[in-house]
Parts: sequence; C-alpha cells; structure tokens
Amino acid sequence: MAVEMLSYIERKSPIHELTGVTKLICFIIWSSAAMLTYDTRILAFLFIFSIVIFFISKIKLKEISFILIFILVFLLLNNIAIYAFSPQEGVKIYGTSHVLFEIFGRYNVTIEQIFYQINITLKYFTVIPVALLFIATTHPSEFAASMNKIGVSYRISYAVALALRYIPDVQRDFRNIALSQQARGIDMSSKEKLPKRIKNATSIIIPLILSSLEKIDTISNAMELRGFGKNKRRTWYSARPFQKRDYLTLIAFVLLFVISMVVTYYDGDRFYNPFV
Amino acid sequence: MFKKLFSIKTIVAIGIGAAVFIILAKFASIPSPIPNTSIQTSYAFLALMAIVFGPIAGGLIGLIGHALNDAISYGSVWWSWVVVSMIVGFLIGLVAKKIDIESGDFSKKKIITFNITQVLAQAIGWLLIAPLLDILIYAEPANKVFAQGFFAVVSNIVTVGVIGTILLIAYAKTRSKSNSLHREL
Repeated sequence: MAVEMLSYIERKSPIHELTGVTKLICFIIWSSAAMLTYDTRILAFLFIFSIVIFFISKIKLKEISFILIFILVFLLLNNIAIYAFSPQEGVKIYGTSHVLFEIFGRYNVTIEQIFYQINITLKYFTVIPVALLFIATTHPSEFAASMNKIGVSYRISYAVALALRYIPDVQRDFRNIALSQQARGIDMSSKEKLPKRIKNATSIIIPLILSSLEKIDTISNAMELRGFGKNKRRTWYSARPFQKRDYLTLIAFVLLFVISMVVTYYDGDRFYNPFV
Repeated sequence: MFKKLFSIKTIVAIGIGAAVFIILAKFASIPSPIPNTSIQTSYAFLALMAIVFGPIAGGLIGLIGHALNDAISYGSVWWSWVVVSMIVGFLIGLVAKKIDIESGDFSKKKIITFNITQVLAQAIGWLLIAPLLDILIYAEPANKVFAQGFFAVVSNIVTVGVIGTILLIAYAKTRSKSNSLHREL
C-alpha cells in the first residue's frame, strides 16, 4: 500500500520564497499559454525555460522520479493510441504529406505525423515541470490562502484545505478497514474473480463512507461552534505579504504570456507549419 | 446567496468527500478485462455524495477530488476530464431532492430514477463534453478521443449502476424511516 504521492518538499530556494499567490497565478498563466498554443517554437522555448526554473528550485530529480516514470509511460501509451487511431492526423493539420515509408493500408510514417506527435508530447512536457514544481514548492495551507486571495470564495478554499488535510487520515482509515476485512477472508487481489472482487470492494467502501460521514458531522459541528462563515472575509494564518520579487515574477510571466500568444496567432493559425 | 448555498456541512462534505474520492481513485480501482480501463469505484462514491449532499457538493467533490488526484499522482491536471467529473457530480446531484435518501426509503422507483439520471449525466459528460474539450485543447484525433470516451462511459455507467446502487441502498438502511415506529402490543 506504499503508493507514493507528490507533496510539499521543504527547501530554501528562490522559488520557495515566492508567495503562494504568485506561484498560483504564474501556474495558471503558464498552463493557459501551453494549452492555447501549438506553436513548436513557443513550446520548445517554454519547455527549456521550465527546466531552468526547475533547477533554480533545488528540487532534485530523484525526489520526483517516481511520478516522472508514470507520466512518461502514460505519454508513450497516448502516442501509440494517437497513431493507432489516426495515422494521418499530421497530414490533415499541416496539409502536406512527406512519406518516409509505408507499413500497410493507411498506416504509413510521414514527417508530418511525427512532427505532430512531437508537438503533442512537447505540449505535455511544457506543463509537467511547472505543475510538479508548483505542488512541490507550495505549502498546502498556503495554497488555500492563495486561492482565496485570487478571488475564489473562502468557503471553497477551505474545502480544498480540508481535502488536503484529510487525505492522510482517510488513507489510514482505508488501510485499517482493508486489512481488517482481509483478516476476515475478504480478498481484493487479482486472485478473486471480477464480480466477487467488486462485491468485496464494496465491503471496504461502505465502512469507509460511514466513518467519513461521521467525520463530516464532527468537523462541521466543530466549525459551527467556532463561528465559521459568520463574516464575509477571513484571514489566513499562512498567508504572506507580497514582496518585490513577487511583482517582478508576475510581470515577467504576463509578458511571457503576451509574447507567446502574439507569436502563435500572428499568422492566424495556432499551429506552426514548417512544411509550406 | 453564498452563505445559503454553502452551509458549513456542505463545505466539510466537499473537503472530506474530495479526500475520500482521491483515496478510492488511488487504491480501490479494480482493473477490468478491457485494457487501459479500470472500474473506478470513486465514481460510485461521487454519485452517493451527490445524492446525499446535493448538486453543489457533488460538482465540487468531482472537481476538487479529480484535480487534486491528477496533481498528486500524475503531476499535471487533465482539465478536460476534470471538468467532466464536476459536471457528472452536479447533474447526478440534481435529483437529490427527488430521491430524498435521508427519508430512509430507497424504493425500486427511486433506484430507477437514480440510474436513469446517472446514465444521462455520464453520457453527456464522457461521450460529449470530454472528447470535445480534448479536441479543442489538445487537438487530439477525433476518433481516438471518442473511443476513449466510449470506454469511460461504459465502465463508469456499469460501476455507478452496480456499486453506486448498492452503496445507496446500504446508506438508506442506516437512516431511520419516517413512520417506522410501531406500538408494541
């Protein structure tokens, strides 16, 4: 049951010192830029830039390698699926067809298809380092405070904070229930047949749900007693004031976003086409 | 208005619900015979929470649970599918008042209402919205994303239909019915 999860990594680095709000806004700007553009030059630039930020943060590759392997396998499968379903997608997008070699039927290898799939992979790659960094360098309770600061209602921010706070608790409950049910001979592993396995899974889920509903009652009573939700605003223990470096980072990211949008769309198409 | 929509109980239900959703998605998904798809028990749980706490809680548990789970287990959030989890939770929650699970009565008629709703909600989400967003954002080939959506919809409808219904029946049994007291003779 020792599944590793990505979480906050304590360290002293310029990225850690930025406030959560700055990091959250930069992360949103970055993902929207990567989502909107399909321009290879911009994607490549963003990717290289994100690796530079990664080095500045002093997070070691070793600390997040378990997740990276996961992502790489997923991207590989995704690429195979794209090719299997649509080997001519690149030709359709870029309008030309330079065949390298034929396999059979409509399955041939064109430069356009390779270029298109490289672009898709690059698109994921530009977001991954920044997303990983955002999670690894932002303290969970500061994250909720930041959401509130950029305009999300504090009630919703608090729900997110609660979720982050209770993941380890629920995980412990789940493990206890699963172990005690296994001690009673209820098997969840692949040795059991599928319908039986589903039935056995529910025998773990039902106690988990009932104990969680009880938790909901206890916590909401405690919050009610402390007068949660009485006022329109609330302050956060872990919120930090803005500093010069925060303003500078924000300006830099907004500029980056504007430039990448201009470069992407000035020829009227989100794809960069080297073939015509 | 916010105060009315987000009672303290709803907020806590969203928070704890999202945490349970994440744990179920990580540890309690059963691999199915079809490659690359698994039986996601977390969606059965999402349906239960939507019926118990209403559409707002359902939608936000789907949104926060799915987004956080993507972030902590894959390092990046697949927004097009996260949005769909939110929509599915919200749509199923719309019949919460009608089913009124707190009355302790989850009769055949209500089971049918629940299942029709969940089939419709998931069909709209996985077959329509998820593939369209994938095409818009990632420009992935249309037939690939529709095939993915098709697998997702079949496995999730079956999961919610079977496990979700079992969970709701079990939950209804823990509520005391009105008019359930009898005078001892």
